[in-house]
Amino acid sequence: MHKIITLTLLALAGFLTPAAGQDLVRLQKLQQIIQNEKEKVQVINFWATWCAPCVKELPLLEKLKADQPGIAVRLISMDMDLDPDPEKVRRFAARKKIQSQVLILDERNPNQWIDQIAKEWSGALPATLVINNKTGKRKFVEKELHEGDLEKLIAAVQ
Amino acid sequence: MKRLMFSFAVFVALASWAPVKNGYEVGDTAADFKLKNVDGKMVSLSDWKDAKGFIVIFDCNTCPYSKAYNERIIALNSKYASNGFPVVAINSNDASASSGDSFEKMIDYAKKKGYTFPYLVDESQSVARAFGATNTPHVFVLNRVGAELKVAYIGTIDDSPRDASGVSKRYVEEAVDALLAGKPVAQTKTKAIGCGIKWKNS
Repeated sequence: MHKIITLTLLALAGFLTPAAGQDLVRLQKLQQIIQNEKEKVQVINFWATWCAPCVKELPLLEKLKADQPGIAVRLISMDMDLDPDPEKVRRFAARKKIQSQVLILDERNPNQWIDQIAKEWSGALPATLVINNKTGKRKFVEKELHEGDLEKLIAAVQ
Repeated sequence: MKRLMFSFAVFVALASWAPVKNGYEVGDTAADFKLKNVDGKMVSLSDWKDAKGFIVIFDCNTCPYSKAYNERIIALNSKYASNGFPVVAINSNDASASSGDSFEKMIDYAKKKGYTFPYLVDESQSVARAFGATNTPHVFVLNRVGAELKVAYIGTIDDSPRDASGVSKRYVEEAVDALLAGKPVAQTKTKAIGCGIKWKNS
C-alpha cells in the first residue's frame, strides 16, 4: 500500500513539473556549461537562499543580466549542501522573479569540488567568478559585491 | 648618501618580495589574543596552563551552518576538553552588519545552548584577520609545542553539514586524535561551503 502511494505521488510530481530537475546539476555538468560558453563573458555567482549578503547582491546581478545581454549571468545555488530540497530554491527564484539562469549544485562533499571551481575559494558565500573563455582570463572574488564591482571584474577579463 | 640610497633600494626590493600573508598556514605559530567572553571576563589562550592545544572555532549565532554544527561543537568540547584540547569559540561578525551577532545576543545564545566553552567577541576582527578565518564555523586546531602553539589543522568539522548522521570523515576529531597519540595529522586542511565572516566596511 505504502509503495503504491509513493509511486502515485512520484508519478504526480513528475506530471506536474515536467521540466523539474534540469536545473539540478552535478559538478561535471556545471564545468561543461562553463567551458562550452565560447562567446559571452560569464558572471558565475555562488549563493544560497539562506545567505543574507548573497540575497542583497542579487539585484546587481539581475541588473547586469537586464542591461548587458552580451554577458551570461549564472546563479549557482549551494542550498543543497545544507538542505536536500531544491524546491526551496525554485520557490525563491519565482518569488523574486529572477531572470538570470539559476542552477542548483547537487553535490555532497564540498571538500572534493571547491578547488575544481576556484583554488583560491575558501568556500564562504557569496563568491563570484568572472570568466572570459575567449581571452582565457578569469577573476574570482569571495565577498559581497557592491555597485560597480561587476563592471570592474568584467573589464579585467577583456 | 649613495649608500643610503642603496640601502633604501634593497629595502624596497625586499619589502615588495615579502609574500602577502592572509592568516595562518598549517605549521605557523599562532599568536595569543585577549578577548571578552560572554561572562564578561577577558580570556587568553595562556589562561589554560595545562592545555595540550586548542580547538579554536570562528563561529556565530546566525549562520545556518553554525546552527547545523552547534551540537557537534558542544560534543567536541565534551570529548576533548578533559583530554587537554578545549574548544574556544570566537564570534568575529560585525554586529552592525549582522544584528543577531551582537554581544548581548551572544550571551543569550550561549546560555540557551548551554555552552560549556568560552564564546568570545572579536569586535575589532583582528583575531579573525590574524588567523585568516573566512567563514563560520571555521576551525583551527592548535598544538602546543614547547612554549608555542602550532597550527595543526585548518578547515571544517566534518564532511556532512546537512546531517550529523551522514558523516563519514570527522576531520577535527581525526586531527586531535592524531595529536593526542603523538602522530602526524593526516589531513591538515579542508574546505567547506559556509557563511562568510561579516567584515566591517566591506
